[in-house]
Amino acid sequence: MNVTIVDYNSGNISSVINSFKEVAKGKVHIAITSDLNKIKSSDKVVLPGQGSFKSCVDALNNISGLVQTLNDFVLINKKPLLGICVGLQMFADVGYEEIETKGLGWISGKVSKIDNQNGKYKLPHIGWNQINILKDSKIFKDIDNNSHMYFVHSYELVPNDKSVVSSTTDYSTDIVCSVEKENIFGTQFHPEKSDKIGLKIIENFINL
Amino acid sequence: MLKNRIIPCLDVKNGRVVKGINFVDLKDAGDPVEQAKVYSDGGADEICFLDITASNENRDTIYDVVDKTSKKCFVPLTVGGGVRSVEDINKLLNCGADKVSINTAAVQNAKVVEDSSRKFGSQCIVVAIDAKRNNGSWEIFTHGGRNPTGINALEFSSKMEKCGAGELLVTSMDKDGTQSGYDIDLMKKISSSVNIPVIASGGVGTLDHLVDGIKSGASAVLAASIFHYGTYSVHEAKQYLASKHIPVRI
Repeated sequence: MNVTIVDYNSGNISSVINSFKEVAKGKVHIAITSDLNKIKSSDKVVLPGQGSFKSCVDALNNISGLVQTLNDFVLINKKPLLGICVGLQMFADVGYEEIETKGLGWISGKVSKIDNQNGKYKLPHIGWNQINILKDSKIFKDIDNNSHMYFVHSYELVPNDKSVVSSTTDYSTDIVCSVEKENIFGTQFHPEKSDKIGLKIIENFINL
Repeated sequence: MLKNRIIPCLDVKNGRVVKGINFVDLKDAGDPVEQAKVYSDGGADEICFLDITASNENRDTIYDVVDKTSKKCFVPLTVGGGVRSVEDINKLLNCGADKVSINTAAVQNAKVVEDSSRKFGSQCIVVAIDAKRNNGSWEIFTHGGRNPTGINALEFSSKMEKCGAGELLVTSMDKDGTQSGYDIDLMKKISSSVNIPVIASGGVGTLDHLVDGIKSGASAVLAASIFHYGTYSVHEAKQYLASKHIPVRI
C-alpha cells in the first residue's frame, strides 16, 4: 500500500512524516511528494497544513494541477484522504483568516476565528484537550471518548451539515475537532503530536 | 476543557545533556534523545531543549539531536538557544522541531518574529523573555541573561504578541536557579496583559510552585531541576496538580 503525504510548502511537515513512518514501520510505503502522478496512484493521501488558511490555499494553488488532482482523488475516485489542522480547514467553501479565501469546497461551510469571548479565552488554543466523540468514525477505532489530543489553532471549521462532525472539543464553545464524510477524514488536532493515542489514529487511517 | 501543560526542559551543550534527569537506568545519561523519551513516556505534555552550545563550530550538533528526538517522541518539541534568523528557524523545523523559541534575536530585530510567524505560522514561534526586577517593574535581558536592554518586560510582551508570537516563555532571572518558586507577580502581570498563552519558567523547587505558576494565569509551567535531580517525576507532578484541582492530562 502507498500513502502519500502531500508536500506543498505548507510549513513544517516533519512531525507528520515521522509519525506516519513510525506507524508504517516499513510495511506501508510512505511517500512525501507533490508529484501529481504519484498522488493519483496512491491508495491514501494525507493533507497536512500549518500557518494560515490563505497561505495553505495559496500554496496548493501554486502547484499547477494539484487541486484538480486532489479533487479527482477524493470526489471521483473516492479514495481516503486525511486532512490535518489547516488541511482539514481547507475542506470548507471559504475561510476568513487574513482575507476571505476560497477553500476546496468538499464540506460545505466556513472557517472562522474561535470566539474568545472578549479575551476570556487565550488564542491560539494551544495544548491538550479532550475530544467528545459524537459518531462512530473509522479513525476512532479503539479510541476512548474523552481522550486527550494536542491542539494548536485559532480558527475553527463551521460546517453547514453537522452530521459530518465526528467529535468536538470544549474551548469557549464546542469546537469541531474532527470530521468524516464518506472517504474524507479530517482532524483539527494533531494526531502526529498526540502521543500514543494520536499514533493509533494514524494507524486506523492507514488500516482503512 | 483545555489542560495545563507541564514542560520539562533539557539543557543541551554540544549535543549532550548537561542538565537533565540523572536516572541510573539510562544507558547513556548524556543522550538527549533517551532523556526526552523518558519524559514523553512519563506524560510530559511537551519537551523543551535549550541549546547552550557556546562555540559556533558545534552549533550544528543541535540539528542532529532534534532530528533523532523527533523520530522517537510524538509530543510537541520546542527548541531554543542561539536562534538568530528565519533560516535558523527553518532548519530546526525541518529537523523536526514543532516550535522554536527566540530570545536575543527577537529583542534585536522584531522583524524576525514577524517574518517567521508569517512564514511558518504563529503556532511555532515562541518568544523567550528573560526578565529581572528593576525598581518595581521588570527589565528584559538578552544573551542568556548577560546583557541589560532597558526594555520593559510588559511592553515587550505586548509588542511580541502584535508581531505574531504564538506563546511567551517568561523566565524570571531573579528566581531562576533559586528553587524558591516562580516570580508570581511577573507571571500574573504578563498573563493578564496579553491574550496568547504564557509559559512560566524559573525557580521551581517544589510541586506547590507548579500549582502557584498555574494559578498566576500561566497556561503551562516549565521546569528543569526538580525533574533533573529526580526529586519528582513528571507523572508525580501531574498527580499533585490534579489533587489540587488543576486540570492536567493524566
